[in-house]
Amino acid sequence: MMEAQILQFFQWFWNLFGLWDLLWGFIKPAWPLIWTVIKIVAIIAPLMIGVAYLTLTERKVLGFMQIRPGPNRVGYWGLLQPIVDGVKLLFKEIIIPTGANKFLFIMAPALSLAVALAAWAVVPFGDTLILANVNAGLLYLLSLTSLGVYGIIIAGWSSNSKYSFLGAMRSAAQMVSYELAMGFALVCVLLAAQSLNLGDIVRGQQNGYGLLGWYFIPLFPMFVVYFIAGVAETNRSPFDLSEGESEIVAGFHVEYSGMGFAMFFLAEYANMILIAALATVFFLGGWLPPLDIAPFNKIPGLFWMIGKMFIMLFLFLWFRASFPRYRYDQLMRLGWKVFIPLTLVWVVVVATWMQTPYWLW
Amino acid sequence: MNIEILFYLFAAMTIFAALRVITARNPLHAVLFLVLTFVSCAGIWMLLEAEFLALTLVLVYVGAVMVLFLFVVMMLDINIEQLRHGFLRWLPVGLLLAGLIGVQMVWVLGAPEINAGRYPAVHSADYSNTKELGRLIYTDYVYPFELAAVVLLVAMVAAIALTLRRRRGTRRQDISKQIKVSKKDRLRIVSVPSARAAGAAQNVVESGEHAAD
Repeated sequence: MMEAQILQFFQWFWNLFGLWDLLWGFIKPAWPLIWTVIKIVAIIAPLMIGVAYLTLTERKVLGFMQIRPGPNRVGYWGLLQPIVDGVKLLFKEIIIPTGANKFLFIMAPALSLAVALAAWAVVPFGDTLILANVNAGLLYLLSLTSLGVYGIIIAGWSSNSKYSFLGAMRSAAQMVSYELAMGFALVCVLLAAQSLNLGDIVRGQQNGYGLLGWYFIPLFPMFVVYFIAGVAETNRSPFDLSEGESEIVAGFHVEYSGMGFAMFFLAEYANMILIAALATVFFLGGWLPPLDIAPFNKIPGLFWMIGKMFIMLFLFLWFRASFPRYRYDQLMRLGWKVFIPLTLVWVVVVATWMQTPYWLW
Repeated sequence: MNIEILFYLFAAMTIFAALRVITARNPLHAVLFLVLTFVSCAGIWMLLEAEFLALTLVLVYVGAVMVLFLFVVMMLDINIEQLRHGFLRWLPVGLLLAGLIGVQMVWVLGAPEINAGRYPAVHSADYSNTKELGRLIYTDYVYPFELAAVVLLVAMVAAIALTLRRRRGTRRQDISKQIKVSKKDRLRIVSVPSARAAGAAQNVVESGEHAAD
């Protein structure tokens, strides 16, 4: 439907110059590809703007929580700050350390950003607003998020620096451990929804009672585990041991400057937004309104989706302002000795619960 | 056919990456080429509509196993020249093994039963590979599946038992004990004499010290 409208618009626009028929002859065979690229841009462009303003929001929120104003010099209320930061990073010199593995050193930031963006392909923003309606969407997400660690490890190793290497090692162990807990939490979700398709998972939470139908109620422990594991997977504070400014300077990206650093930064924030979107889809009913009555269900689903994502993102920032960094052994203990047993038990609980008539979801 | 072009692309990538795994000079590059081999294999499986297997290959092998592999290779200081030592001596054995594997592959893949299913069957749009696979595993093949799971579990327990080494004299935290600690176990409140009296006493001591100088 939307495709036809956009085609019509192009037709109208190019007909102003009388070029439509000529152009369409060339475009027609490639149109499915062009349409996909348009959809990708429609996801990536707002995402990048979101990333830019998430950095500003983070600095403002941290500022207010620490009773200081945060950035307020560039533009009204500091609103141009992210753009200025971006321009600054763009013009900085890219320094490649002697002894670094040049090819991998340049590939690493690209790899981590590419993985962070590719995962967005299966995220549904509305009933039909989805780039690729894949049947095994949940599995695709799990496998792509597990690839994110390569960017970090390769960056840490190729920099040929001790601090980078320590950061990479920490990060690799941390991400591999928390992936398991995350996977088991999602097993509960797919048990409840009986589908791996993200759209079907959201539709499974629709039962006429609004937010009572969302999975965060029966799967509350899994919601908590998933979100905390998500914070650990994105290497955000209080699990930011791979950066650990006070111990290993900046961890895996010590040696990066300019755009190399900026790309790691973009990847980290895109991953944060992704985790927020996924928590929304899996546990908070995606695009569904919190109450299925008149004023709420008239508002477009995209609004609810973004609103819920915003709440989850705020939690990320709140965590960062509130908690001191974990010690490494405490981090490992939390992952292996608390989360994994808890999720394993809860998988069995949910599977049994679903066989009883008391399963209402 | 688009699918065929994609297949040859992925196949060429797989073979190239696999060759580079054994020819790369840097062991870390070899591991990364192995990752590429897995990913392009997953691409081929995806073309066969086996999306569950393809994604699991990426999730398990690329996302977890190879990360640990990379971890180990990065930590070790491998001297590649030493590894190449005696290359010619072992070459005949290697060639023999390669030939054997090649003959086996030709036998298996050349069998008429295989040729019948060369192209994946056409399925309807709502066909779920994952669901079909799950159904087969938990009905027709439940015993082999459980057996494989038990073998893996045994291997896991054995690996931990072999490497677990209890050292004497290490200090460790007992988190539950730490949480259970209450104020009265740690903190003793003593009554301190009033500030003025204490200050006066301090002054006397200090002036005494000055006098001694």
